[in-house]
Amino acid sequence: MAKSFSVIIAGYGGQGALFTGKVIAYAGLIDGREVSWFPSYGPEMRGGTVNCGVQFDDEPIGSPVVTRPDVLIAMNEPSLTKFIDQVIPGGKVILDSTLIKAEAGRDDIEVFPVPASQLSNDEGLEGIANIIMLGKMLKETGFTTFQTIEEAVRKSVPERKIHLFEHNIRAIKLGMSL
Amino acid sequence: MDQRVLMKGNEAIAEAVIQAGCLHFFGYPITPQNEINAYMSKRLPRLGGTYLQAESEIAAVNMLYGAAAAGIRAVTSSSSPGISLKTEGISYMCGADLPGLIINVQRGGPGLGTIQPSQADYFQATKAPGHGDLKILVYAPNTVQEMVDVVFTAFDLSDKYRVPAMLLADGILGQMMEPVQFPDQKPDIPAKPWATNGTKGERAPNIINSLYLVATELEDKVRERFVRYGEIEANHSQAENYLTDDADVLLVAYGASSRVAKRAINAARNQGIKAGMLRPVTLWPFPKKQLEAAAKNAASILTVEMSMGQMVEDVRLALPDRKVQFYGRTGGVIPTPEEILEQIKALGGGVK
Repeated sequence: MAKSFSVIIAGYGGQGALFTGKVIAYAGLIDGREVSWFPSYGPEMRGGTVNCGVQFDDEPIGSPVVTRPDVLIAMNEPSLTKFIDQVIPGGKVILDSTLIKAEAGRDDIEVFPVPASQLSNDEGLEGIANIIMLGKMLKETGFTTFQTIEEAVRKSVPERKIHLFEHNIRAIKLGMSL
Repeated sequence: MDQRVLMKGNEAIAEAVIQAGCLHFFGYPITPQNEINAYMSKRLPRLGGTYLQAESEIAAVNMLYGAAAAGIRAVTSSSSPGISLKTEGISYMCGADLPGLIINVQRGGPGLGTIQPSQADYFQATKAPGHGDLKILVYAPNTVQEMVDVVFTAFDLSDKYRVPAMLLADGILGQMMEPVQFPDQKPDIPAKPWATNGTKGERAPNIINSLYLVATELEDKVRERFVRYGEIEANHSQAENYLTDDADVLLVAYGASSRVAKRAINAARNQGIKAGMLRPVTLWPFPKKQLEAAAKNAASILTVEMSMGQMVEDVRLALPDRKVQFYGRTGGVIPTPEEILEQIKALGGGVK
């Protein structure tokens, strides 16, 4: 794996972009790397767009703002449009093809369309299409191990929602199988 | 496994404040520091402390004034426009020799400005955090971990010298998550025999006051206070040296912009330019001696800030014989490492 690694996760408010980023960041922490997580913040509203950038490095991280991600997880079309040009050549894009009909429009990156919203409804995983996409990202990048992700999900899910843990793990496995 | 946890900067500040033995918070909401209020509102009532959302920033800072007068470790938090409102209370606290912590998670200004991160309150924090002849301790950490660490130091020195302290962060540091570990440290709060916490019929009443009707009395009081300021300047400035030993191009930056600068410095080193950084951790007292030492062998000096150039004036005062360059972005815009690298290359090109 590359020395440094960065990812942008973007979608509508409520799709779990920030949570997905937190799981990724925890995975880096568990693997003993330096990590940072930085959200878009501001006059965000329900249904508005939200994103966060996560970085791993072996040295202390400079700016937490991700400008050239290795990976983009795009959960809706505005997110794809906004960030597609920032992805580094050779980078990877995981997109929710249930909600995104547009083309990535670049031939120097790898694009992995996942019908995540559809699958989440079909498979009884309502509301965690984001985690299916995380599973796909894990498969395509190998940025960490399944064991680490499992532990990262455990740390990221708040105590009162721990009953959702198995749900999340099933979504990760589903994403990895695609 | 790593014992560190991931926390937002704002939440880490709040937890550190609690662990430093401060259970009394007075605030008023403002972005980008609202997670501090939210965290305190959840935690403090359960710990037997006070979470009080005041009717305004001015009310909140005067509640801090009152709590501090009663000898209680207390805190208020806001962001730039709200800090302007608090300056009256800060001045009164200085005039009454009261300790206390004021948190400023800066956003762009002037006016309501923007909610995006900024470092344009340097002048306010270090030169005039209120009216009158006064100083407050100003800490400018650049990681979530360091924000936790300086909370303890800020409270301790504030108590020791009876001078208010400010934690000067910004929207980046407040909003970002980073791994953090809390020190295994019990708060050591000194006795405050001057506090107005009831005589119990056993001593003469204490008076906390900032009003002096006789000019010479006030002059004596201010002079005595400046002796304490002198002790703080002599003993408590802090700075980090990053690759300064052989640096041809010396950057000076603090807080969030120092993180961006560090990345630019690493990129410059990869291109064969010896860049380094002196990073003030305390803005008042300003680390003059550390800067003088770091600048001694550097050919060029560049100050980087998220402002139109404020700390750069202190850098120039500390290095009166040197040409000090400045690069800044303002209004809530965060500079990129690439922009700073261009500046370094422009300076490093003609070196030696």
